[in-house]
Amino acid sequence: MSFCVYTFNPAAMLTENAPILPKTERSFDTKSITLTVNGKPRELNVMPWVSLLDALREYIGLTGTKKGCDHGQCGACTVLCDGKRILSCLTLATMKEGAEITTIEGIAPSDTDLHPLQKAFIENDAFQCGYCTPGQICSAIGMLQEGKAHSREEVKELMSGNLCRCGANVYIIDAIMEGIK
Amino acid sequence: MISYPFDYVRPESVEEALEHLGGDTKILAGGHSLLPTLKLRLSAPDKLVDIARIASLKKIKKDGDEIVIGGAVTHREIMDSEIIQKHLPVLSEGAAVIGDPMIRYKGTMGGSLAHADPSADWSAMVLAAGGEIVIQSKKGKRTVPATEFFTGFYSTALKDGDILIEIRFPVPEEGTKMTYQKFTQPASRFALVGCAAARLPDGSARVAFTGVADAPFRDKGVEEAVGDWSEATLEAAAQKAAEGQNINADHYASEEYRLHLAKVYCKRALLQLVN
Repeated sequence: MSFCVYTFNPAAMLTENAPILPKTERSFDTKSITLTVNGKPRELNVMPWVSLLDALREYIGLTGTKKGCDHGQCGACTVLCDGKRILSCLTLATMKEGAEITTIEGIAPSDTDLHPLQKAFIENDAFQCGYCTPGQICSAIGMLQEGKAHSREEVKELMSGNLCRCGANVYIIDAIMEGIK
Repeated sequence: MISYPFDYVRPESVEEALEHLGGDTKILAGGHSLLPTLKLRLSAPDKLVDIARIASLKKIKKDGDEIVIGGAVTHREIMDSEIIQKHLPVLSEGAAVIGDPMIRYKGTMGGSLAHADPSADWSAMVLAAGGEIVIQSKKGKRTVPATEFFTGFYSTALKDGDILIEIRFPVPEEGTKMTYQKFTQPASRFALVGCAAARLPDGSARVAFTGVADAPFRDKGVEEAVGDWSEATLEAAAQKAAEGQNINADHYASEEYRLHLAKVYCKRALLQLVN
């Protein structure tokens, strides 16, 4: 496709050529990829620059994963990729072709039950605004699978990639400590 | 934040990757330095060449009397590698203080060295461990000692058409000790100042700093002053830290404060190696 007019529509920015083209009127091909998201295969056609975060939110409609800083500082976009916690904002969707992604929507055992960590977060009042919570919980699940966190100090260090600007960290750590037991 | 448009390819081998280089191409490994710069529109390459899945770049191995870390090996893989824990534990311990757990799963040693952020952790450790960087281009392979690899602010010996394929370290002689000590910038977790030091069995030292100047560097002044490793000579050696360097200043730390930290962390690193 050719030159694209600047627009504030974020969906258009993702699907068409990004606006304010600096150099040429060249075209770019979409990439056809398959991701398994929360156990379900998803076929997507995305532009190469679409992040995994935007693919989840804007293409698949799973808006539980949050966009905080969008450049790897806050951890709000943390998801599990093949069981490991990663930042979906600093991952291009195309880089993860074939991967298994688990988001906050995919952690509960059933539609009527919650994951133990979700329960622990509620019981410990481990949030105020809740924006960082999906990332915190996905990160905590990843951390528990790593099996390196035992003490409160270790949990604090190993959860350091997930920021909570409301300052609920004390209760977040309480909730995760409950998850460790 | 949406970057300028770019193409994306994921070659299966280094040779195939080399075919894609040239023009306005950037190599993508973990993407944890490159993607933020693209999103901030500080850079606008035409094409990204993703090397993260090239099998030959994902290996950690012992090759004779050298330890070899592939160019696309992540921080986390270095942290967890039994070979590294056995022969170069400083790298395993050092990997654990890079960024946060999510960054360690994606970020790579090769990417960090090639990006050459003046505050990156690996640079000091690779310098102190006596590492060499193996670079491949269409013309062939060449090996650059870490001491000649970093050429300035975000600048390295890498040229257009090059891929950093390996980092090689001599297996330390029996009795060698190494450590990495850093003052962590609390938000970014980069090294405001980092000092890596090695004590070799013959009593000589290798001391390297990151975060202090435009490029990481080996500090010959300190190395020559460690003497008999007594408390007095180490104190004197630490006082020589970063002597003659053009010390960085930014809104996190003034020149004076950075120099102070360099001396403090130099002494901490040297003292770690005493017993």
